[in-house]
Amino acid sequence: MAMNYLDLARLAAAEILLVVTALVVLSVDLGLRQCDDLARRTRWAVALGVAGCVSAVVILWELVPEGAMPAGMFASDALTRGVKAGVLLLTAGSLLLSRGIRFTPHVGEYVATVILGAVGMLLIVSSENVLILFLALELASLCLYILTGFDKRSAQGTEAALKYFLFGGMAGAVLLFGLSLVYGATGAIEFGKIAQGVAESGVSPVLLMGLVMVMVGLGFKVASAPFHFWAPDAYQAAPTPAAGFIAAGSKVASFFILAKLAESAFGPAMGSSAWGRFAPGWSPVLATMAAMSMVWGNLAALMQTNVKRLLAYSAVAHAGYTLVAIAAGGPEGLSAVTFYAVTYAITTLGAFGVVGLVESATGGAELDHFAGLVKRSPRLAVCLGIFVLSLAGIPPLAGFFGKFYLFLVALDGSVGSLGLLWLVALGAATTCVSFYYYLVLLKKVFVEDAVMPERAAPGTGVESAVVWASTILVVLLGCFPGWILTPLRSALMAVGW
Amino acid sequence: MGLAHTIWISLLGAAWVALLGGRRPGAARAVALITSLAGLISGLVGALGFGVGNELVTLWRVPWVPGLGIDFHLAADGVSVVMVLLTGIAAVAGVLFSWNIEHRSNEFFGLYLLLIAGVYGVFLSFDLFQFFAFYELAIVPKYFLIAIWGSTRREYGAMKLALYSFVGSAMVLVGVLAMVVVSGNGSFDMVKLASTPLPVGFQAWAFPLVFVGFAILAGLWPFHTWAPTGHVAAPTAASMLLAGVVMKLGAYGALRVAMMLMPLGAKQWGGVVAGLAVVGIVYAALVALVQTDFKFVIGYSSVSHMGFVLLGLAAANPRGVAGAVLQMFSHGVIAGLLFGVVGRMVYERTHTRELSLLEGLRLARLLPFAGVIFVLASVASMGLPGFSGFVAELQVLMGAWQAFPAAALAAGVGVVLSVAFTLRVVQRAFLPDDTVPVTEPEHRLAPITVPEKLGALLLLGVSLWVGIAPRGLMEWIDAGLASPGFATLRSTMGWP
Amino acid sequence: MTGHWITLLTFLPLVGALTVAWGGPRSGAARRRVALLVHALVAMSAMGLAVAFDTSATGMQFVERLSWVPGLGVEYHVGVDGLGMVSVLIAALIPLLAAVVSDRVAAGREGVYYPLLLLLQFGLLGTFTALNFFHWFLFWELGLVPAYLLVRLFGGKGAGPASFQFFVYTMVGSVALLLAFLALRAAGGSFDFLELAGADRGGALGRALAQRLPWGGPDAGNVLGWLVFGGVLLGFAVKVPLWPFHTWLPDTYTAAPSPVTMVLTGAMSKMGVYGLLRIAWPIFPEHFAAAQGVLVPLALATVILPTFTAFVQRDLKRVLAYSSINHLGYCLLAVFVVGTPGSEAGTAAALNGVVLQMLNHALTAATLFGFVEVLERRTGGVRDLEAFGGLRRAAPVFCGLMGISVFASVGLPGLNGFVSEFLIFRGIFAAAPWAAAVASLGLLTTAVFLLKVMQRLFHGELSVAWVGFPDLTMRERVWTGAAVAGMLVLGVYPDLVLQWTNPLVLRLAGGN
Repeated sequence: MAMNYLDLARLAAAEILLVVTALVVLSVDLGLRQCDDLARRTRWAVALGVAGCVSAVVILWELVPEGAMPAGMFASDALTRGVKAGVLLLTAGSLLLSRGIRFTPHVGEYVATVILGAVGMLLIVSSENVLILFLALELASLCLYILTGFDKRSAQGTEAALKYFLFGGMAGAVLLFGLSLVYGATGAIEFGKIAQGVAESGVSPVLLMGLVMVMVGLGFKVASAPFHFWAPDAYQAAPTPAAGFIAAGSKVASFFILAKLAESAFGPAMGSSAWGRFAPGWSPVLATMAAMSMVWGNLAALMQTNVKRLLAYSAVAHAGYTLVAIAAGGPEGLSAVTFYAVTYAITTLGAFGVVGLVESATGGAELDHFAGLVKRSPRLAVCLGIFVLSLAGIPPLAGFFGKFYLFLVALDGSVGSLGLLWLVALGAATTCVSFYYYLVLLKKVFVEDAVMPERAAPGTGVESAVVWASTILVVLLGCFPGWILTPLRSALMAVGW
Repeated sequence: MGLAHTIWISLLGAAWVALLGGRRPGAARAVALITSLAGLISGLVGALGFGVGNELVTLWRVPWVPGLGIDFHLAADGVSVVMVLLTGIAAVAGVLFSWNIEHRSNEFFGLYLLLIAGVYGVFLSFDLFQFFAFYELAIVPKYFLIAIWGSTRREYGAMKLALYSFVGSAMVLVGVLAMVVVSGNGSFDMVKLASTPLPVGFQAWAFPLVFVGFAILAGLWPFHTWAPTGHVAAPTAASMLLAGVVMKLGAYGALRVAMMLMPLGAKQWGGVVAGLAVVGIVYAALVALVQTDFKFVIGYSSVSHMGFVLLGLAAANPRGVAGAVLQMFSHGVIAGLLFGVVGRMVYERTHTRELSLLEGLRLARLLPFAGVIFVLASVASMGLPGFSGFVAELQVLMGAWQAFPAAALAAGVGVVLSVAFTLRVVQRAFLPDDTVPVTEPEHRLAPITVPEKLGALLLLGVSLWVGIAPRGLMEWIDAGLASPGFATLRSTMGWP
Repeated sequence: MTGHWITLLTFLPLVGALTVAWGGPRSGAARRRVALLVHALVAMSAMGLAVAFDTSATGMQFVERLSWVPGLGVEYHVGVDGLGMVSVLIAALIPLLAAVVSDRVAAGREGVYYPLLLLLQFGLLGTFTALNFFHWFLFWELGLVPAYLLVRLFGGKGAGPASFQFFVYTMVGSVALLLAFLALRAAGGSFDFLELAGADRGGALGRALAQRLPWGGPDAGNVLGWLVFGGVLLGFAVKVPLWPFHTWLPDTYTAAPSPVTMVLTGAMSKMGVYGLLRIAWPIFPEHFAAAQGVLVPLALATVILPTFTAFVQRDLKRVLAYSSINHLGYCLLAVFVVGTPGSEAGTAAALNGVVLQMLNHALTAATLFGFVEVLERRTGGVRDLEAFGGLRRAAPVFCGLMGISVFASVGLPGLNGFVSEFLIFRGIFAAAPWAAAVASLGLLTTAVFLLKVMQRLFHGELSVAWVGFPDLTMRERVWTGAAVAGMLVLGVYPDLVLQWTNPLVLRLAGGN
C-alpha cells in the first residue's frame, strides 16, 4: 500500500486534532494572560482541553476508518480505537481534576503538556513498528517528566522529576538497545515481520538478550518491580492531577502495547513460565517481574503513611497482577490486560481525584489527613471507599472482576492448564497482604476521628463530578463487566486474534 | 414474594437507609426492621411455596459475562431454603437487638442490610463466580460494623477477622478458578461443574485448599482464632450475625463448593477434617471453660459448636451432612440468642463482661427476663433435647459413628465439656454462690425493652420449634441433599 | 386399651407449670393452691390409670403411636406395662408429697418453685412412658434441668458446687447413653425400645456394629459392642447411682432443699433403675451376662460401702442419702445377678423385688426426707445429729411415725421394705449365693446406722434447746400418716403391686 498523506490524515485525525487543541490552548492562554485571573485562565484551558479530548473521541468513532499505514507505522482498528477512546476519556478526566490548580501560573503549558502526553499515548497504542513505538513512548514520557516537576516551588517535585527523567532516560536507552538487538536478530522493525523473523530463526541468545532489554524498558514504563523506583516519588511529589494522569492514562497505553508487542511481535519467543516447565522467552521474564512486583509492591505499601505513596506502591502491585495476564499470553491475555488496565485506571483516577480534594481541604495527603473523612464529607468518603475496595478486589466492583478475569486467564492461558498456578497463588496471597493497607486507609476514613484542622475547600463541583463519574463506572463495570468485555472480545476477534 | 426477592429487598433497604441521611436514627432502624421482616416473610413465602421436592429450582437466570460462561443464576434447593430462613430470622432478631443504636445509625443499618443481602446471595447462588462475589460482599460490611460500632479492641478484632476472611477467600478464589479451568467446561455453573468429574489428583490438592478457605470462616481449628476476638469486639447485632450467619457462610461454602464439586477430595481428606473438627470441638470447649470474659465464653462456644458442623461434613454420609446443615441453622439461632443476651441485655446495661464482676451483681434478680432467657438458651446450647441443637448434634454424631467412631467418642467428650462451660457461665453470671459478696450496680439497670424481648422470644421459639418438630426442616434438607447438584457427591460416597 | 390417657397425664403438669408461672394466680398462696391441685389431679389420673390397667396382659397398654420425625425413625410412642405402671405411680405421687411440704422452701418464690417442680414431674412421667429413644431422652434430660434449678435456686449451703456437680455428672452419663444409642441407630438398629429388645442376643449387636461401623480389626464389632454397652450402663449407673459413680449424690441431696431431695431420691433415682430394666437389660442380655464378674462386685460395693460412710456422718440428710445409695444398690445387684441361665424362678422373684423395691424406696425415702423437712422447719435448718436427743418426749407422734418409716427402711418384716428386699435376696441367692451372702452384710450395717439415727434423735436427754419442740400439726399428720399407712399396706399386701409386675416379670424371666 502506497503512502498517502490523506489516508494518514484520516487515520490519525484524532491525534492531529489533539495537537491542534494543544496549540489552541497555548495561544488562548497567551491571549488571556493579561487579565491575570488564574481561575479564569484555568477554566478556559481545561474547557478547551476537555473539548479537544471529547471531540477526538467522537472523531475516532465517526471519522477514523480501519486501516494501517505501511510498515506498521500507524494502525487503526476496533481494538486500538477502543483503547484510545479510553485513554482520551481518562485524559479528559485528569484535565477536569486540574481545574483547581494553584501550583503554577502556566496553566496553558500544563494543559498543553497533558494533551501532548495523550497524543504520545495514542501513538503508542497505534504503533505496530518498534521505531514509532519508541518515539511515541519518548513523547509521552517526556510530557510525564515535565508534569511531575510542574510545581516548580516544590523541591521534592523537582527531585522526583529529575529522578523520573534519569531513570526514564536509562530505561529508554535500554529499550532502544534491546530493540536494536532484536533488529539485529530478525532484521525487522515491524511487529509482524519481527514475529516472522523470530519464528524462522528461533530464540537465539541475541534475540533473547534483546527481548529481556525490551521487557525491562517497558517494565519501567509500567512501574513494575524492580524498575519502579521512580513511581513512589513521582506519585507523591507530582501535582495530584498530574499524578492521576501518570497513574491512569499512561498505564493503559503502556500495558496495552506491552501485551501487544509481546504477543504480536514476539509471539514465537514466548517461552514458558509454567512451574517446572520453564523455557526461555519473554513469558518467564514477565512472570518474574510480575512476581516481584506483587510481592514488593504490596509489602512496601504496608509501610506507607502517605496516601499518594501508598497508591504508588499499590500501582506497582497492580502492575504485577497485570503482568500475570500478559505472561499468560494469548488473545484472552490481551483482553484481560486491557480490561484490567482500563478499570484500574478509572479507579486510580478517581482515587487521585479524592486525594486532590482532601489535599486542598486539609493541606496534605498523609493518612492522618484522611482521618474522619466520612464525618466531614460522607459522599467523598463513600467514593474513596469504593475506589479502595475496587483496588482491593472486592465484588461487585470493577477491580474484582478484573482480578478474577486476570487470574482465570492466567490459569487457562496458552501456557497450559494451571501452568501459572504458582503465579496466581502468589497473586492471591499478596492480595491478602494488600487488604491490610487498604483496610488501614479505610479505617482512617470511616472509623477514626479527624485529627487535622480543615481549611475551607475551594469550589470543587467539577472535581466531584469526575470522582462521582469514576465511582459509578467502577460500580457499573463491576456489576456488568460485559459492557466492556463483549465489545473488547469482538474487537479482538475482528482483528483476528 | 419469593426466595430471590430476599436479596433485592435487602439491597433496596440498604439503599433506602443510606438515602435517609443521618438525621433520624429512628427512621433507619424502622426501615431496617421493615426490610428484614420483609426479607424473612419473602423467604418464608418462597420456602413454603418450595415444597419438598428433590429438584433444584432456578429462580432467575440471565447471562452475566457471556464470553466467560458466567451467568447470574439464582436457584435454590432444600439446603438453600433452610439457610435463607435462618438468615431471615437472624436478620430480624439482629435489628431488634440493635434497636438502641443511635451513633451513625443509618450507616449501621445500611451496612447491616448490605451484609444480609450478601448472605442471602451466597445461599441462593448456583454460579461459582456469583457465589464468590456475594461471599466477598458479605465480608466488607462486617469489618466496618465491628470497627466502628464494636467494643473491646474493636479495630484489632475487626482487622483480624477481615484478614482471616480474605485469606480464606483468596484460597477459595485460586481453587475455584483452577476447578473451572480443569473442568474444561468453560462454565461457572455449579451444577454443571458438579456433574463433571475432576481428576482425582487435582481434587487431592484443590479440595483442602477450597475447603479450608471456606472453613476458616466456619471456625475450623486451628484457623479459628479470629472468631473469639471478632465476636468479642463486635457490637451485639454484628456478633449475632457473625455467629448466626457469617460463620455459616463458611460451612455452607465448604459443603456447596468444596464437597459438592470435589467429592473425591472430600473422601480422601475426610479423616483429616474430622480430626481437626474434633480437636476444635474439644479445644474450644476447654478454652471456654477458663475464660473470665462472658462474651469470650460464648465466642469459644461458637467455635466448639461449629466443630459439629465440620464433623458432620467430614463424615460425608446422609445423616452427617443433614445434621451439619441443621446444626448450621440451630447454632445460628442459639448463638444469636446467647450473643443477644450477653451483648445487649447484659453488657450494655452493666458495661462489664467480667464474670467476676457480674457475679456480685446478682443479675437474676436485676434482670430476671435476661436470666430466664439465658438459662433456656444455655440449655439449648448444651444440646439438650427439646431444642434444635439436640436434633442437629444427634444426627452429626450418628453420621460420625458411621464414618469415624473415634471422632464420635471425642465429640461426646466435647458435648460434656460444653455442658460444663455453659453451666459454669450460667452459674457465674446469673446464679452465683451466696458466698460472693453482693455489689450494687453503679446505676440503675434499665429494664429489658420490648424489642429485646421480641427478639429473644423469636429466636428461642424457633429453636424450640425446630427441636420439637424438626420434620419440616429435615425434609427440606434431605430433599436438598437429594437434588441434582449433590448427585456426584452421593454416588461417590455411596449413599443409598 | 387406647385413647390418649398417657399423653393427657404426661402433659397435665406442663399445663400446670405454665398456668402457675404465667397463667392466672398472682399471689404465692394461690400459686401454691393451683400447683397442689394439679399435682393432685396428676396423682388421681395415675391412680385411675392403675385401676384401668389390665393385670392379665403382659404387653404395653394405653399405647399411643404417632409418626414424629420419620427421617430419623423417631416416633411418639408411649405405653406402660407393669414396670411402667409402678414408675408412673411413683412419678405421680412423690412430687405431690413433696409439693405438700414445700410451703417453707418455696415461700416468696412460688412462681418459680412450683412450675419447676411441675416441669420435673412432666419429665419424670415422660421418661417412664416413652418407648422411643428420642422421645425418652427428651424427657430424661427435661427432668434434669428443673431438678438442677430447684437445687441451685432453693438449695442451702454449697448448692452452687453441688448442683454443678450434679448436672455435669449426670450429663456425662447422658452423653454416654446418647452416643451409645446413636451407635445402635447408626448400626441399623432402631430407636424403638421394643424393637431393640434382644438386639444383643447371640452377639447380633456386635455383628451389626462390625458390619455397619468401620473400626478396623476383626474384633471391631465386639469392641464397639462393649463401648455401646458401657455407654448405656454408664448413663444409668450415674443416675441410680452405682459405686463409684455416686459421689455427686450425697452433696446434692444434702444441698437440695428437703422437698426437692424427696423427688430426687424418690423419683429421679428410679429413672436409672427403670432405664436398666426397660432399656439396658433387654437390649444387652449377653453383655450383662458376660460382665457379671465386674458388675456384681460393683453392686456389692454400692450396697456395703455407703453404709460405712453413713456411720460417721453427722448430718441427718447425708446419712439418709447414703442409705438411699445402699437401698438402690439392691436393685442394681438384682439386675446384675439375674439372667444367669436356668434360674427362671429366681429371676422372676428378683425382678419382682426390684420393681417393688423401687416403689418402696420411693415411698420410704421420700417420707424420711419429708420428716427431715418437718424437723428443719422446727429447728431452723439444724440437722446435726449431735444436736438432738430425747425428741420422743417432746414430739411423740413425730417420733412414732418417723420411727416406723425408719424401720420400713431397715426392712422390718410387716413393713414394705422387707418384702422387696426378701424377694431380691431370694432371686440373688438362687443365682449367686455368695453375692447374697456378702450383700446381707449391708442389711446389717444399714440397720445399725439407721437405728443409731433413731437413737440420737429420739432417745437420751432432751436438750434444752428443743424443750418446746412442737409435735406434728394436723396437716403433717395427714400426709405422714398416709405415707406410713402406705408402707404398712405394701408390707402386708405386696400383691397390690406384684399383680401388675408379675406377668411381665414372668415373661422376661422366661424369655431370657
